[in-house]
This record gives sequence, C-alpha cells and structure tokens, in this order.
Amino acid sequence: MADSSLLEIAERVVGWAPSGVEVEAFAASESETEVRAYEGEVESLTAASSQGIGVRVVRDGRQGFAYAAALDDETLRETFAEALDNSGFGSPDEFAGVAEPDGVAPASLDLYREELAAFPTEDKVALALELERATLAADPRVSGVESAEYADSVYESAVATSRGVSATSKETGCYLAAFSLATERGDTQTGFGYSVGRHPGELSAETAGADAAHRATRLLGASKAPTRRLTVVLDPYVSAQFLAIVGATLSGEAVLKGRSIFADRMDAEVAAASLTLIDDATDADAYSASAIDAEGLATRRIPLISDGVLRAFLYDTYTARRAGVSSTGSAVRGGFKGTPGVGAHALRLVPGRRPQAEIVADVADGLLVQGVTGLHSGVNAVSGDFSVGAEGLRIRDGETAEPVREVTIASTLQRLLLDVVEVGGDLEYLPMSAAGVTLAIADVTMSGA
Amino acid sequence: MRTGADFAEIFAEDRRSSSAVLDDGRVEEVVSGRDRGAGIRVVAGETTGFAHTADLSASGLLAAASAAAAAASRGGGGTRTVPVGPLEARAMTVRVAPEDVPKHRKVELLTAADAAARSSGGAITQVSARYGDGRRRIVVADSDGLFASDDQVRTLFSVSCVASGDTGMQTGRESTGRTAGFELFDAYDVEDMARRAAQRALTKLAARPAPSGAMPVVVGPGGGGVLFHEACGHGLEADLVAKSASAFAGRVGEEVAVPAVTLVDDGTMAGEWGHYGIDDEGRPAARNVLIADGVLTDYMWDRVRARKQGRASSGNGRRQSYQHLPMVRMTNTFIANGSDDPADIVADTPHGVYVAQLGGGQVNTATGDFVFGMTEAYLIENGRITAPIREGNLIGNGPEVLRRIDALGDDFAMGSPGTCGKDGQGVPVGDGTPTLRVASLTVGGTAA
Repeated sequence: MADSSLLEIAERVVGWAPSGVEVEAFAASESETEVRAYEGEVESLTAASSQGIGVRVVRDGRQGFAYAAALDDETLRETFAEALDNSGFGSPDEFAGVAEPDGVAPASLDLYREELAAFPTEDKVALALELERATLAADPRVSGVESAEYADSVYESAVATSRGVSATSKETGCYLAAFSLATERGDTQTGFGYSVGRHPGELSAETAGADAAHRATRLLGASKAPTRRLTVVLDPYVSAQFLAIVGATLSGEAVLKGRSIFADRMDAEVAAASLTLIDDATDADAYSASAIDAEGLATRRIPLISDGVLRAFLYDTYTARRAGVSSTGSAVRGGFKGTPGVGAHALRLVPGRRPQAEIVADVADGLLVQGVTGLHSGVNAVSGDFSVGAEGLRIRDGETAEPVREVTIASTLQRLLLDVVEVGGDLEYLPMSAAGVTLAIADVTMSGA
Repeated sequence: MRTGADFAEIFAEDRRSSSAVLDDGRVEEVVSGRDRGAGIRVVAGETTGFAHTADLSASGLLAAASAAAAAASRGGGGTRTVPVGPLEARAMTVRVAPEDVPKHRKVELLTAADAAARSSGGAITQVSARYGDGRRRIVVADSDGLFASDDQVRTLFSVSCVASGDTGMQTGRESTGRTAGFELFDAYDVEDMARRAAQRALTKLAARPAPSGAMPVVVGPGGGGVLFHEACGHGLEADLVAKSASAFAGRVGEEVAVPAVTLVDDGTMAGEWGHYGIDDEGRPAARNVLIADGVLTDYMWDRVRARKQGRASSGNGRRQSYQHLPMVRMTNTFIANGSDDPADIVADTPHGVYVAQLGGGQVNTATGDFVFGMTEAYLIENGRITAPIREGNLIGNGPEVLRRIDALGDDFAMGSPGTCGKDGQGVPVGDGTPTLRVASLTVGGTAA
C-alpha cells in the first residue's frame, strides 16, 4: 500500500469530525518476514502483513479511543463511532487535545530501502541458515543453536488531526539474531548475537554467529561469586537497557503525575560529569530513528542530561500543554492499538574515547556484565530501586578473569548515574530505543553466595 | 491442502476488547478494540510455513494458505480435500457478558478505587486504575479432521498507588483477573483492592534496603507460583526440551525435587486466568501432572512436538493471536499443598526474607538460572516477620531450588493473574502455591 493511501484514509476519518470535536487518526501497515533455521533446515517461515487504524476523539475535553485491525470503510466508520461514543465517559481535562502543526520541519531522513522489498525470500532463508552455520562453526564447544532467526519489516504509518497535522513515515529494518548453547564438561551456557540493518546487505551472519558463540563459551565454567561491592563494567547491550529505564524517568508525564525521581531536579547534578544523555530520533543511524513522532510532529535532538546536569524532560502535546511548555516531539505509541504517550525515541550517551579493553584495564576489582535479567521485576523507576540478575566475567587487577553467573547487581537509579566512572568510546546501535556504550559504574553491590 | 504437506491448519480469531484507564484523578480514556483474522499453518517435513491475514474472505484466506504452503514446501502443487468432523464447540460460562455492561459502570469501578486508595492516607500521592475485558472467539480446523471452537472471556482490574515520604516514593499494586464476565466484581471489591495497594505502598515508605547474599527465603501463599513458573515450568516445555535448551531435558522418571513437591499445570480450572476450553490448536485443555512427589513425570506438549514423538498433545499449544505461531505454553501452574503449618515455617526460620508478593520473573531455561522480583517483602529475624524491605530481584537455579525446598505449607492459594512472555508472545497464565521455604536463595539487595 502506498503511503498516500494511508494518509488518505487517516484524513478521511478526520474529515468526519463534527464541529467542535477534535479527531486524530493514525493508520499503519506492516509487512514482515521471519525465518527460523534449526539443524540445517527451515524450522519456520512466516510471511505476513497487517494493517489497522487507531482513532482518538476529544470532545469537551474528554478523550475516547478505538482501534481496529482493518482499513475497510465499514470498519473505519464503526471505529470512529466507537471512539466518539467512548469520549463521553472520560473526565474533562482542559489540556486534552490533538496535536497541531508547530512549525518545526521534520528532519530529512531516508529510512526506507528498496533493497529490502526487492530481496528474495530464498536469500532470507539462506541468511538464517548461514547464521546457524556460522554460530556452530565459530567454536567447537558450541553444542547447539537454540534459535537462529532472520526477521524484517517494512513499516508505514500516517497520522492526521483535525488541527491540521498531516504526516507520514516509511521505513525498513531487519536483523539476524542467534541464541547459542555451549557445552563443556557437563556445563551448559548460552549466548546471544545479533546484526541489524535497514536492508539485508548490511547484515553479517558471521559477526552475529561469532558473538553468540563467544558470549556463550566465555561463560563456560561460570560459578556463583561471593557477595561484595565492586565496579561494574556494562557491555553496550546492557547499558542500552539501563538507559531505556533512565529515559522513562525523564518523561514529562512521569514528572507531572508525581512518578519521576527527577521531578524536582531540573538543572541539578543528577549524574557524573562525564555523562551526557541525548534523545535523538533524527539520528539516521539509530535503529529507532524517525522524522515524526506518534502525533505527527517533527522529532528533534533533545539533550536530557548535559555533563551530568539535568537539562530537559520529554513532552508530547498533552503533557506540554499541561506543563506550559512546547512538545519536544516525544509522543510514542505501541502501534495503532494504543493511544500516544510520552517516551524516548532514540537515546544515546555521548561516547567517551577509550575502548572497553582499556576501561577494564583500569578496574582493580570488578565485574564485566554481559547480560542482565529481571529488568521488569527488579527495577522500579518510581522508587529508583535497581536489582537485576547478572552474568559476566570477574575483573581482577585490570584483567578479565573467571566467569560468574547466578548473581545480582543492585543499587538505585539515582546512585548508578552519579557513580558512573567512565563512558566508553564504543557506541553501538541496537534494535531498541537506546544505543549502547561500555559504561563503568563504581560501588555496586554484587549479591551471590 | 497442497500435496506434499504433512499437516495444515487454519486458526481464525475474533477478539473484541474494552478498557478504561484512570490516572492522576481523571478517567483518561475509554478504549474499544476489534481484531480479527486467520493464521494458516502448513507443515512439510521439518518446516512450518505460516501466513496470516485480516482478510477473511475466501480469496483472502486462499492467498494466505498459498503463502503458507509455499513457505513450507517452496514448491509442490495440486490439492487434497480433507474431511473435517462436526464442529466441537465450547464456551466459558459467563453470567454477565462484559459487552452488555454499560460503559459508565466500568468507569465507576475506577473512580471508586481511586477514592478508596486516596482515603488510605495523605501520603498516597498518586493512583492509577485500569479496567479491561476481552472476548476472544476462536475456530480451529486442521487436516486431521479437527474442527473445534471456543469462546473465551476475561475480565481484569488493577490498581497502582504511589506513596511519598521523607525516604522518597514507593509503589503498591494489586490486581485480579478471572476467566469470567462482569460478575467478577460480585466476588472482588475494587475498594478493598485499592486499599491493599495503598497499604503496600505506605508500608514500603519505611522499608530498609534489602539484604544481599544467600539466605532462607519464605514465600507466602499464592506468591510462590511465579517461582515455580520460572524455576522449572519453562524448562518443562517440550519445544525447549527438544532443543536441549532445558536443564530438565532427558530427566523424565528422575527425582528432580524434594518428595513434598507435586507440580501440576491445569488449563481446566474454570475461572482461573490461564483457563480455556481448547488450546489454540483445538485440543481440549487438560490437567497435567508434571512432577509427582518429586519425580519428573512429563513435559508439556503442543501439536508439532507431540506429533514428532508420536504422542498426543497435552493441550498446551497457545498463541498470542492469529498473527502468531502456536508453541508450548503453561496455563495454571501450581504446587499442591504440603503438610506444614505456615506459622511454624516462619517461626522455624531464624534469619531470612519473607516475600508476600512477587512481581514477575525471568529464566534462562538452558542453565536453569532464574530471577523473580519481590514487590512486598520483609525481613525474618528470630522467627518473626519484622521490617519491610525495598524491592529487588532474587536469583536462583531451578534444578537446585527444587531440591532446597525444605518446608511446604497447607494454605494453598492462587496468585495474581500474570502474562507470560516467550519469544515475544504474551499469554495469560495463573499460578499458585502454599507458603513455602527455600533453604537458600540469593537476595539481590544492597545491605550487608
């Protein structure tokens, strides 16, 4: 479906708005292919496309929403009517409303690659099979590959509002991901490797497979370590997950609703001076780059923390009106089924200069963390409590030493930011809303035996 | 069905949902959703081809079927007509269909919960509440002649509170969900739920940092289900076992837990969050004993894995929606009652942690290492439950923990409704346990 037709659909729905009623229509379509290889065969091949619409209505300050996973005229009319009806049950809110053009021009980003659309299915299958082969071949101790997957997506969306917003976006993305099993002397460990790009030509099965094998094999023989305080060195893949949580605490919504640990800290030192955190969806290298936000406004580069000082929160149209500021183009939504909320698009730290190995060389007593678990169960962004399962390598006198598993690392989000001792130079874009970089943090509790 | 294929299946789904959210003192939105479509699966040899479509017309389905067949065999031709049996229709017993309840009554639940939570104390500074219901009708037909349908209804309510004090902010949450209609609220008072959520947040204002290191952990009734879900439930899913990605692979018949442990996965428990009539491959839900008196008796199976082994599915083939391939999933997973007095379990623990409410978890099935969060927990000192502690994860190893359960109470309860995530798909699950003690688990706090 051409993007003009999604926009036409969104604009047609907005055109049904009765006088005095604000309407936003968000239409999206996605085509996906997923290939899983297992033991030299295609385990599964999924080819699918989906589309749908989300309609938001604001009437007398009351908001209603409805969605449907189809774009035929009858469904559109039903969905619009349902959203209109739902608006009768919301509480009046003087700040509620749809977005209006703010004069900021969207960045010119080329996120769509014809090469992906033209890439034959047979070649996608070959990539998945090659990924499994590369993972197995990378090390004789790799005993199996739990999953070797190729996935891609062609995504288009359009958003229109009765206040004049009219915007579209179109992008491609693909990745290879392998999850390996390594076995030695009865011990089994696992490792994850990936490669991401906007089209398959940018992917490397070799790199993804080698990383998956390396991460699993280096943990072989891992044991639980004694409890102690030490310096943790977070791998880029881990620090990206940490940054995504920090980003959530800087949402204007969390601030306005009294759920942000940083609500009263504007212009205060909230992090180590070496830390500068930016949300920048206009960075075309970011996997989650986008020229427009979920309400159709231009995204922009937002320095959130500069040299350790808190400088900005993220706002969408509603939270900006309530706070008396302008939207930062930070509306996000989980597809057409959700109403827009506030969130970071593409977080990254301004990288330092040194590679991971040099940072490790300066750590006398530490843990190189290659993976964490339980981010959803042990981290509370409201209280700041932070406790996650961890695995990785002990660092002794500047050298990586024995592998460690079944330990937790714990602190608070506030302390972790202040205790950063160094930001690495190895910025890495990942298939999530934050980029990673090696991050060394002092004085973290490792709980183990 | 294309010749050359071993198995073909169509899964059609029509899902209607409604929800309402209150936050910051306002009913922010009332949402309605409609989602329907079909997923078509074709299995040829080791390969599964899958396609889905929202276009339920004959031409739309044929296009999806062709895509799935092409994906599975990448070739072949011709068709084979397969007879299907009469429709075996099931449906949940729902007394008050949520779709028949006026929206304002759903909204009133939210405002009542908000008022009750805020009246719990001036330190309650924020409240959010969510109501949700969903009706999911599915039809499955396959090349073995299966033709079955189910009509599933779920209703959910949750309240989250923030309490603020000198020590910062703390949160408290309470939720209930049943495979039932609006009659849920005859049995569950949303104001009581709100007060419990508020009390949880208020209690934690005085919480100390959690301890760190290995120690005895007592988990209260209902709470321990998440522990078993992570410690061994996932490891007993046949798809992971087949790939040797489970610490329990090849161990059927072995004693894997202390003799007091009997672990059951039961999709037939009417009303429970993980209940259904048929799974998403058309097989009836079943009660499956996985560990009997400490001995591993069986894994959980879906259609594809069972077929390879020449056995029947255990009714555990589930999918998030018609857009997803089914795989082996848990339903309601629980540990049966032991014989210990719960009060004695705490009294016999000189020093440790008491977890009253758990907050989800995660497992690496290949190594067995798992974490689960404690959202309401206390120190145990000299056999008594004392100071509240702050949130954090606990970490353990599934096969080891099963051997370290040294007390099992007689106060069985089901826990809170959960959503289990696997390979990016979320499905509703339930769990339950009596009070239990693990002799040693690592508590991931910051205090010495």
